Amino acid sequence: MKRRDLFLATAALLILWQILSWIVRLPILPSPLVVAKTFVVELVKGDLWRHFLASLWRVVASTALSIGLAAPAGLALGQSRQLSKIFLPVIYILYPIPKVVFVPVLLLFFGIGDLSKILVIFLVLFFQILVLVRDQAAALRPELILSVRSLGAGRRALFRFVYLPASLPAILTALRQSIGTAVAVLYVVEFFATNLGLGYYIAFQGSTLLNYPAMYAGIVMMSLLGLSLYFLVDRLEKTLCRWQSP
Amino acid sequence: MITLESLTFRYGAGSPIFDRFHWTAARGEAWAVLGPSGCGKSTLLHLLAGLLQPTGGRVIIDGQPLTRPRPYTGLIIQDYGLLPWATVRENAALGLRIRNFYGPDGTHAPRDYRPTLEVTPWLERLGLLEVAEHFPAQISGGQRQRTAIARTLALHPDVLLMDEPFSSLDAPTRESLQGLVLDLWREQALTLVMVTHAIEEAAFVGQKILLLGQPPNREAVILDNPGAGTPSYRDSELYQAMCRELRARLGGR
Repeated sequence: MKRRDLFLATAALLILWQILSWIVRLPILPSPLVVAKTFVVELVKGDLWRHFLASLWRVVASTALSIGLAAPAGLALGQSRQLSKIFLPVIYILYPIPKVVFVPVLLLFFGIGDLSKILVIFLVLFFQILVLVRDQAAALRPELILSVRSLGAGRRALFRFVYLPASLPAILTALRQSIGTAVAVLYVVEFFATNLGLGYYIAFQGSTLLNYPAMYAGIVMMSLLGLSLYFLVDRLEKTLCRWQSP
Repeated sequence: MITLESLTFRYGAGSPIFDRFHWTAARGEAWAVLGPSGCGKSTLLHLLAGLLQPTGGRVIIDGQPLTRPRPYTGLIIQDYGLLPWATVRENAALGLRIRNFYGPDGTHAPRDYRPTLEVTPWLERLGLLEVAEHFPAQISGGQRQRTAIARTLALHPDVLLMDEPFSSLDAPTRESLQGLVLDLWREQALTLVMVTHAIEEAAFVGQKILLLGQPPNREAVILDNPGAGTPSYRDSELYQAMCRELRARLGGR
């Protein structure tokens, strides 16, 4: 997408927001200008930054954890019939279950700290990445593996030159598809037993302090978090997987 | 150069494809292996490449029993041999990168190997310089096979194995690549074994032709075809006669 188009789309959304706030004329829908002012004030003088960093850490940590565990597992499943036979039915059953419902369970088991929150997002991402990487690895042609082996590649070189680069697009596709879900799940888990994070910030400003412009500032911040992660993955996909779009 | 010693091979518990099979190819010979599908020609090539292990007997190459892929043997397959995510240049350098990755350890790379990634002369020799930064999906089938050849020859093999390398190409491209392979065979003093199901290809490329039939293969049926290996051979009466003979033998089975 072109920069100019993105800019125009953003401008159009802001204008729509402004018009809506003129029509509604209620404190629960402040104009974008008011929200922008509050956003800057909350960033500089308030602690919106701290909440942002807490949320960012949770998303990044859970993403790293899911890639670190799901990618090798997906590769192994994609290459080994025996492993697939054992684990695929389990994954098949677990995959469609909405992982958010495990929030209370994870809270009970892992306490109210960051760990339980990271684990919930991890569960969401893990299965997405696992399934896509597995499919990608299973689709690698045996001829390709044979011909690379004939060049002298053993297990380590096959991993480095074939399996790793082959699973990269699957990891990035999985991330692009699930980053929205991850941020949504983040919002939900930050409702529970915490006083740090954008989810908490939005809920606290909105329903306890009734500070609506600050609540919107939190919503904007959370949107920016999701958007910037999405753009980052999109950019990585375009530079690392150039071969897929000839 | 290549000796099969009482070679027996079967997949799993199936019936044998080769049963106490003997065959020898001398250094520098150009062989074609011809037979109908299912006769075991690809299996033979995978055994020669060290990608399959014999059930019984031995594969001996350059005096050494083969237990794993050998650094001096190059293998080129019909298609899908290139990494789709790597450019022509990166694909051509893949064998070298794998050698650099292991270092000169004697099993993955020759002991006297000096690390390099220089493939430009090969790209130039094979006419691939203009497409060097393209991906395999962006170039023609003939260019893909030339990339596979560049990748293999960059490793300076002494044995070149080819598994129906040109069967997915159109006729003019196929004939020009057959000529190119013969040029390279002479230039690089290769021992060439090309598996094919095409009678014309076997007659044009193979100075000696190994005929395989329905398994199990017990005796090596060998035809001498001394005129092969020169570009003008295709126009000669001898070539026509060889094609007729091969056709008769394949049909008569």
